[in-house]
This record gives sequence, C-alpha cells and structure tokens, in this order.
Amino acid sequence: MHYHDILIVGGGLAGLRAAVGLCERYDVGLFSKVHPIRSHSIAAQGGINAALANNPNSRDDTWEKHAFDTIKGSDYLADQHAVEIMCKEAPNIVYEMEHWGCPFSRFPDRSIAQRPFGGAGYPRTCYSTDITGHVLLNTLYERTVSKGVKVYPEWFVVDLVIENGQCHGVIAFDLINGKIIPIRARATLFATGGYGRVYFYSTNALINTGSGIGVAYKAGVPIKDMEFVQFHPTALIGTNILMTEACRGEGGYLINNKGERFMERYVPIAMELAPRDIVSRSIQTEIDEGRGFDHPLGKYINLDLRHLGENKIQEKLPGIRKISIDFIGIDPVHDPIPIMPSQHYSMGGIDTNIRCETEIKGFYGAGECACVSVHGANRLGGNSLLDTIVFGKLASFSIPEYLESDGLTTPDESFLLRKKEEIEKKIKRLTSEGSERPFSIQMDLSRTMSACVGIFRTKDELEKALVDIAGIKERYKRVKVSSPKLHMNYELMNTLELEFMLEVAHTIALGALLREESRGAHFRRDFPARNDAEWLKHTIARIGADGKPAISFKEVVITNYQPMERKY
Amino acid sequence: MIIANTYTFKILRYDAKEPEETPSFSFYQIKVLPGLTVLAVLMRIRDEIDGTLSFRSSCRSAVCGSCAMVINGKIDLACRTQVASFGDETIILEPLPNFEIIKDLVVDLTPFWTMYEKIKPWLSRKQPDPEKEIPQSEEERDRIDQFVNCILCASCYGACPVLARNPDYMGPHAFAKLERFMLDSRDERSMRSLEEINNERGVWGCDTLLRCIDACPKDVRPTDSIVGLRKKLLKYKLFGKRNDED
Ligand SMILES: Cc1cc2nc3c(=O)[nH]c(=O)nc-3n(C[C@H](O)[C@H](O)[C@H](O)COP(=O)(O)OP(=O)(O)OC[C@H]3O[C@@H](n4cnc5c(N)ncnc54)[C@H](O)[C@@H]3O)c2cc1C
Repeated sequence: MHYHDILIVGGGLAGLRAAVGLCERYDVGLFSKVHPIRSHSIAAQGGINAALANNPNSRDDTWEKHAFDTIKGSDYLADQHAVEIMCKEAPNIVYEMEHWGCPFSRFPDRSIAQRPFGGAGYPRTCYSTDITGHVLLNTLYERTVSKGVKVYPEWFVVDLVIENGQCHGVIAFDLINGKIIPIRARATLFATGGYGRVYFYSTNALINTGSGIGVAYKAGVPIKDMEFVQFHPTALIGTNILMTEACRGEGGYLINNKGERFMERYVPIAMELAPRDIVSRSIQTEIDEGRGFDHPLGKYINLDLRHLGENKIQEKLPGIRKISIDFIGIDPVHDPIPIMPSQHYSMGGIDTNIRCETEIKGFYGAGECACVSVHGANRLGGNSLLDTIVFGKLASFSIPEYLESDGLTTPDESFLLRKKEEIEKKIKRLTSEGSERPFSIQMDLSRTMSACVGIFRTKDELEKALVDIAGIKERYKRVKVSSPKLHMNYELMNTLELEFMLEVAHTIALGALLREESRGAHFRRDFPARNDAEWLKHTIARIGADGKPAISFKEVVITNYQPMERKY
Repeated sequence: MIIANTYTFKILRYDAKEPEETPSFSFYQIKVLPGLTVLAVLMRIRDEIDGTLSFRSSCRSAVCGSCAMVINGKIDLACRTQVASFGDETIILEPLPNFEIIKDLVVDLTPFWTMYEKIKPWLSRKQPDPEKEIPQSEEERDRIDQFVNCILCASCYGACPVLARNPDYMGPHAFAKLERFMLDSRDERSMRSLEEINNERGVWGCDTLLRCIDACPKDVRPTDSIVGLRKKLLKYKLFGKRNDED
C-alpha cells in the first residue's frame, strides 16, 4: 500500500509551503487534482499584506496596526490571537518569499513596493503588478522542485479515513491511470482551497468546488463559520473574472448610471476603499434601486480607470487590461469596465486552531479550506495569500511535533482497504444506473445559492434554499455518469465532487438561517444589526448520525481589541 | 437582439488506453451566443452532449495554463479564444502537438516538466540572505518582466519545429525560465551551470523561426531568451567571468 509519513492534499500556496517546510525531514507526498501550478492561487492578483513600512506614506506602520485592521475588518469575529500571529509573521513571510526568488514590484529605493487596499489604515499590500498569486505560486513551486518534493499531480482525494478519532490516510482517485488508491499516512494536511463554485456567480477557478471541506466534514471533522461567504465587489459581468481590488487601490472609481461616484453616499471617507462586504452591498443596492446599467449578461456598475491614464494602467494593472480586452472586448484605457459583485472567498472552512490542528488526531488544515479564524466575518484583501503561506508554514512546525510525540498508534491498513471498497461501490453505482445529469444538479445548486444565499439574506429565502438543497440531494441519489471507464473521466470526478458541494452548500445555508444578526459578509435584511450579546461566536457544523448537520457554537478569542462599532 | 449561431465542433478523440483504435474526429452541433469562449463550449459539450470528452481546465481566465490546444490550426488557450472570432461555422480542436496524447485533448506534459526541472528553475544565491529584502531596482525588476509572465501552458513547446524532429531538444519554455533567472539581479548562478544548454539539445538547437513567440498567449518571447543565453555563452567563452568559481 502507498505510504507517506505526511500526506499533503493541495498544491496551492498553503500545501506547497507546508511541503517545503517538511520534506527535508519526512517522507512527504503531495497530492493535487491538478498540477500544482494550475491551482487557484495562481489567479490571485492584487497582493499580500505585511507591515513592512516601505511605502513613504506608511513609515509608522506596525504589525499591531495590521492586526487591528484585520480584526475590525472581520467585524470582530476573528480569533484575535490567531490574527496577531499571522500579522506578526507577515514581514518574515514576505522576506522569505523574496529570498526564494519572488519578483515583487519595487519602489524607487529598491525595496518591495506596497499599495493601498480596502479596509487597511496603511498602504501595506506587497505586490507584483497584478499577478501576485502567479509569482508567489511559481516561487513556491520552484522551491518544491529544488527540494525534490514528491508530487502526485491529477490525483483527486475522494475520502478521508478516520477511525477512533485518528486519521489513517486518504483514498485517492488517480485520474490518469483510472485507479482508486488508498494512501496510508501518519499525518494528513488538507490545503484544498475554497468552495466558490457552489455559487453560480463566482470569481473562482472552475476547480474550486470545496470538495476538501466536504470530504473532511463527511468524515466527521467539524467545520466552522460556513455562513460567512465573501462577495467581491468587482467581477467582470458574464465570466465573473476578478477585477482586482488594486484597480480601486490604484485610484479607480465606481460609477452608477447617473454618473455618480455613489460610494460617497455609503462610506464618504473610505469611498471605494471600504472593506469588500460594504462595497458589495453598496453596489448591489445601486443595482437593486435601478441605478445600474443593463446588459444581456446582467445588470452592472462601471469600474472606471480611465482617469489613471494609459501609462499607469499599463504599469500597475497590465493583467486587468489584457483580461478586459480578451474577455469582454473593452480596453479600460478608453472605456469603463462593467462589473458586478460575485462570490469570491470562503471565510468558513475546516475548524482549525493556530497550530492547524483539528479535533481529529493527525488531521490538519491550512489555507482557504481552513477556518482558524483569521478573517472572521469578512476578509480583507491581501490577507488570504498571507494566511495560506503563514499557516502552511505553521503546519510544517506543528506536524513534526505531533509525529515525534509519544504513544501514537500506526495508521491501520484495514480501515483504508474497507474505505477503498466503499468508494469502488459508490463509483459502480454512479456509472451504472440513474437518470439525473450531474451538470444540471450542479447548475440548480449553484443558482439556488446565488439567488437565495447571497449578499442580502432573509429568513424566507434561506428556508427556501434549504428546501431546494434537500430536493437536489434527493436527485443526486439518481445521478448517472456516462462512462464506466475511470481514467480521464472528468465527468466522474465532477460528480464525485458534487456530493461534497451539496454538503458544503447545506452548511452555508443552514448557518446563514440560524445566525439572526448581520455581521461582516453575512447580512440579514430581517436582522440588520450586529448582535454581540447573542452572536459573538463561531458556528460549528458537524455531521450528525442522521447525516444532517448538527450545529454548536464556540467562543471567539479576544485579546486586546474589544468589539466596537465598525465605521470607515 | 443577440442571436445564437450554430457551430459544428470537430474534436479529435483518442484514448491511449485503447491504442488499437486510431485517432478520429467527433462532431458536435451546438448553438453558441456571441462572446462565448471555446472552453465554455467544451464544457457544454461535456455536460450536455458527451460526458466522455476529456480536456483540462481550471482558472478559465488565461492565467493557469491548463487549456492550451490547437484551435482551427492555431495554438491558443481555449478559455481566451472566442468562438465567433474565426468567422467560420466549423471549429476544429486538436491536442497540443509534440506530446503523447493521454486522452482526447489531454496530453502528457512529462517531457515539458522534465526539461523545466533540468535548468534548475529557482533563484540561486551564494551570499547569505539579508534580514530584509534583497534590494532590486525598478529597472532590474522590469528586465525580467516578460519571462516572469510565462504561465507554463506549453503552447511554445507544442509550436516548436525543432521539437517536432528532435524530442531531446529542451524546448523554448526551459530557456525562457532560465533567462528569467539569469537576468534577475539577485541570481548568482555560475556560467558553468549553463553547460546543460550549451549544445544542440540546448540553445544552439533553435532554428529561430519564432513560432514560440507567435504561440505564446502571454506575449513572452522565448526566442529573446535563446538569443540572450547564446550571447552570454559566447561572451563567457571569450572573456570568462560571472561567478566562475562555482
Ligand atoms: C481571482 C482571485 C484573486 C485573488 N486575489 C487575491 C489577492 O490579491 N490577495 C489575497 O490575499 N488573496 C487573493 N485571493 C484569494 C487567494 O488567492 C486564495 O484564498 C488562496 O490562493 C488559496 O490558496 P490555497 O493554497 O488555500 O488553495 P488553492 O490555491 O485553491 O489550492 C487548492 C489545491 O487543492 C487541490 N485540491 C482541492 N481539492 C482537492 C481534492 N479533493 N483532491 C486533491 N486535490 C484537491 C487543488 O488541486 C489545488 O492544488 C484571490 C482569489 C481569487 C478568486
């Protein structure tokens, strides 16, 4: 049977950073359903936050101020000790990535350039033009190549094997060879990214199904704060490709059909650089109240960069210019970009602590699939890339401590073999009988989520979403995949993932229904105020004996920052 | 009024697990709204018509490099190619040349990655790292810009005429990556480490037909890197230097 000391699932920033930190001392296997370079991290544009104080306007920036901005941005739902660890580590992380070759953009004094981002008191977002994720992921991949990390590209993890409160490994589907393979490991880290594609309108890569979160949840791992879903204010209409916050950081305006810079009415000081939850609600309100523009692809608002001029656009936002031209035929030098808010980031995820540990012995989570929580109810732009690398690194410290501790039982082959048989049976069922097409199930699920569990939420809509999801789950029992061949069968992989997307969606909608307050990205029209007395707590969902989510709550860790009203 | 046009997609099908079957085309008729990309149509075909079709995709925004293929005779990313851009009702899709096919539009990129790894694609330093960042000027950063932009989609590899006749050739992507480090003011690798490319499998094998430049969806010019590396090799032969000792 395949064996590794440590098994890492996910080849994005979090997974690669953990692998780099572990591979010299342990036998590490890194599994990813796509080649690591194709991971969603590659698409990050705007930058990564660290209080380097390089910008002439930020000489007195400190990691404590970064922590405060993050906690305030989180609407006080973040665990403050975790935020402090992340922000304190941030400069080290950025320098380390730079030393490993990351080509950051530079200031005239030859230091790393930093730009303003939403919700931040100082310009502290380090970047490489508008391809920051691309340069970070390439740098970390280069590092894993230099260290000879064993990578299994195009291996999809379908199950997590947990018995007696301990993780014994995973069951993987080797897509190229069409084999179901159990892999035994002493420790397993999930770094499987976000669940954007549970929504119809999403900036995320097509592969961001959240299956890692769903696999863990189904195997009995608790997941946290699923109702907190970030909607990015500026996604291109039609394809919903992201137009980075750096467009506004560099000075872009949001304009309605009356020609107004309408953010003035909502957040007169921060304007376009208010945090994402607030800007998205403002845009949606403009559209709902008839001040948007019409287009066959949907209603929209203009993101206007024209006043920045061709030189600045070409120098700072070349990727945005190219995407606009390639995907909607608009050159932002001459015309405004039509945008709408879209699902963007998963604040919730696998319930982890500052050591990336979960409730299960030997099972860890890091990056977007995990919820420590450093982002609370709303993530600040530039904090997610940071989160992935910081916690990827921290996992590489805490996993060895676990492996060196006394009294560990060795992972058991028999559990894995049993699970493998179950998966094979499941696949047999999916490929033999049934009448439902997988894509139509996914389409209906994602449309329900965008329509009923979106930027503005109400009890009625959320209840409807839960009823719909229950119906879609019933239909899933009759789903059928066209071909019984396993190799290169993407339809089969998508269908296996769909099972987990349904669970992820279910916990999001349920969490949103239960949380009768508005906080950060979770806005209830019927409960428009934040309610610290009753709701300053994390939502925990774990799968119950009946297969349905059982909800409990967990304290928020407060260190130095008492919850205040959130004003910008 | 936006009108959907009907297109015929002609897609090469092959399965390496059934080598006795020869590659052949499947035909799909599909109605397409203007503005739709080839990738969007491929997804619809797989979802609604033929679940057995295999192709790679991920970001759908021309940054991850998954979906390079031959579209009506030209190599490009399926995700950034508009169906309507050809002015033709038939769209022919084939896998990237110069690779073994795994299935349909999916090719085996192993040789591509092997060559990538051969040039040691990482920042090579001799001095100890400073406490903060290694200083670099804006101009020095700009110098590597085009090569930094490479998304490793293998379009150039598929387009390369040298690789078509000599599979041992390292490929344009490897040189572009190597030059990205050679031009980086922070990199301290020795010229001696360039021996790997100082031969016909390396930079001297290039015909300079510039097909790689035409094929690149990110405006990278691998030929610039080949010319740059050749110059460095010649200069080194004549004058020595650049961290000779190694
Ligand atoms: C368009 C866009 C722009 C962004 N820009 C910024 C920005 O400027 N700054 C910022 O801070 N954040 C940004 N973000 C957010 C940030 O990019 C992501 O949160 C972060 O990259 C996630 O990294 P990760 O390592 O957790 O996961 P990912 O990079 O998503 O990687 C997940 C990995 O897990 C693998 N995987 C998943 N499921 C399975 C499975 N079941 N089996 C096997 N493998 C699996 C995948 O193959 C992949 O390798 C942006 C996000 C988007 C959508």
